[in-house]
Amino acid sequence: MDSQSSTPNFSELVKEDRIHGSLYTDEQIFQLELEKIWYKTWVYVGHSSEVPNANDFVRKSIGPQDVIMTRGRDGNVHLLLNRCPHRANQVCVQAKGNRGTFTCPYHGWTFSNSGELRGFPFPDGYDTADRSELGLAKVNRVAEYKGFIFGSFADEGPSLEEHLGRGGRDAIDRLVQTSPEGEVEITAGFLQHKAKANWKFLVENETDGYHPQFVHASIFSVAKSGIGDLYSNDSTAVARDLGDGHTENDLRPEFRRIDKPMNWFGTNEQRLPEYVEKMKAAYGEEQARKIMIDGTPHVMIFPNLFIAEIQIFVIQAVAVDETIQHVTALQFKGAPDLNRRLRQQTMGSVGPAGFLLADDSEMYERTQRGVAAKQPEWNYLGRGKHRERRDEEGYLVADATDEVTSRGIWRHYRELMES
Amino acid sequence: MNNTIDLALMAEVQQFLYREARLQDSHAYDDWEALWTDDAIYWVPANGADIDPEEQMSIIYDNRSRIGLRIKQFHTGKRHTQLPQSSLGRVVSNIEILDANDSEIQVASNALIYEVSQRGETVWATRNEFLLRRTDDGLRMARKKVVLVNNDQPMYTLSFLV
Repeated sequence: MDSQSSTPNFSELVKEDRIHGSLYTDEQIFQLELEKIWYKTWVYVGHSSEVPNANDFVRKSIGPQDVIMTRGRDGNVHLLLNRCPHRANQVCVQAKGNRGTFTCPYHGWTFSNSGELRGFPFPDGYDTADRSELGLAKVNRVAEYKGFIFGSFADEGPSLEEHLGRGGRDAIDRLVQTSPEGEVEITAGFLQHKAKANWKFLVENETDGYHPQFVHASIFSVAKSGIGDLYSNDSTAVARDLGDGHTENDLRPEFRRIDKPMNWFGTNEQRLPEYVEKMKAAYGEEQARKIMIDGTPHVMIFPNLFIAEIQIFVIQAVAVDETIQHVTALQFKGAPDLNRRLRQQTMGSVGPAGFLLADDSEMYERTQRGVAAKQPEWNYLGRGKHRERRDEEGYLVADATDEVTSRGIWRHYRELMES
Repeated sequence: MNNTIDLALMAEVQQFLYREARLQDSHAYDDWEALWTDDAIYWVPANGADIDPEEQMSIIYDNRSRIGLRIKQFHTGKRHTQLPQSSLGRVVSNIEILDANDSEIQVASNALIYEVSQRGETVWATRNEFLLRRTDDGLRMARKKVVLVNNDQPMYTLSFLV
């Protein structure tokens, strides 16, 4: 392929069981991904609980775009671009806070936290300026599913519910019911972990059930963790392509086989008596037990929200070879004893010094350097192709360590890039 | 503490901090682990210097047992991010004794760390706070807080002993 002069042909680059290495390194392809994916489809931005009160705001991102997520006086969430319509100065440099207006420090233009221009100094200097045309730009569409707020730069397209699909919605539904009050809270602050690697290496790794036993062998062995067994060759867990690029490692078959409440979190009911009591009161004995056996999902919502059982990662593509992982512990409303342990375990596992993620990120960076080698040109993603099958819901599944997930991601990617 | 400097104490503290830095730079994991007390806290906050580590995410917030786990992970020979080990050189400076009594000493210092890894070269700058305790084996760390000056920014993997 001559990527310098012609438009890439994605049917040639993405095959059913192999993909071309230039997909991770080609600057032109990255720019096309911004156009076709990051600035078009639904991208996860933030959680409702990060702006709980009127006039709260927090700086977020959609790929390289700097986005201010605000809650207006009316209670609605707005996604604003951080660029003054006058001469493009950033109107907000704080990470978060509470304010009803943003005043650009360059020439004093003031905007409401829903984006409208409220005024500019010395207005007699403008005779024809249309104030309604001079507000902060907004992300075209904003939508929320059970507290998870997404943005899309396209005026039209699938609704958020359509984008998430049955599989994505079901994952979030399963997640929130881990709270006795049915709500997730994102309140523990984010770690920001950079990797010198293309964003798709991260997306693929999140539901790659083949790597944990090797990349994480060090911590599994010394922490006597059972996680490795969930991804063994004998595991009854399944890898699932949920469609539309969303994928999961479904560990419930293993947890159901073991049949012990809270085993999914490596603990037991006795250690969390207050939580268990609240769950039984909220859902009834039988349903609470089922929730506490099944645990939380391990789902990658394309392109950037990874729900990883006890934490979420928000993947931010910033350059063809640079990606930021924003990661924080999941917190469940009404579950302080569980939440404390979730924070402790998350801090040990993830972020720049994490027992798990420092090694994952090492692999991201090594694959980025490796894929620069000229041969063999292709990454081979054929694992488990021969044992793919449809489950009772109609999803394509395969064994726990199979690459049915990567194949699903790339199939969807090709569709988006050819659209 | 009064304004006169206890030079003997300062020299003792300096020597301890230099030794800790040398053990870190040379990846002398077990000797470094032996510098901690049984009730130790090793804390590298994120998003500022004064967050509540019981409520907010930190980059590292290890109790003594988790410090031990960190060291054991290195010893497996499968801690990929430190294979090969980062090449390190750090300068410890601005050593200031903030408070001292017969059993404990509070110390502030800065460190500038140059790291060379497979990714490339990275400079880390930290403001450190120590609580040192006198034991039968000499000074030991009961608490070390490492405030990375960029801890509110995206950062690359930090998997050596900081």
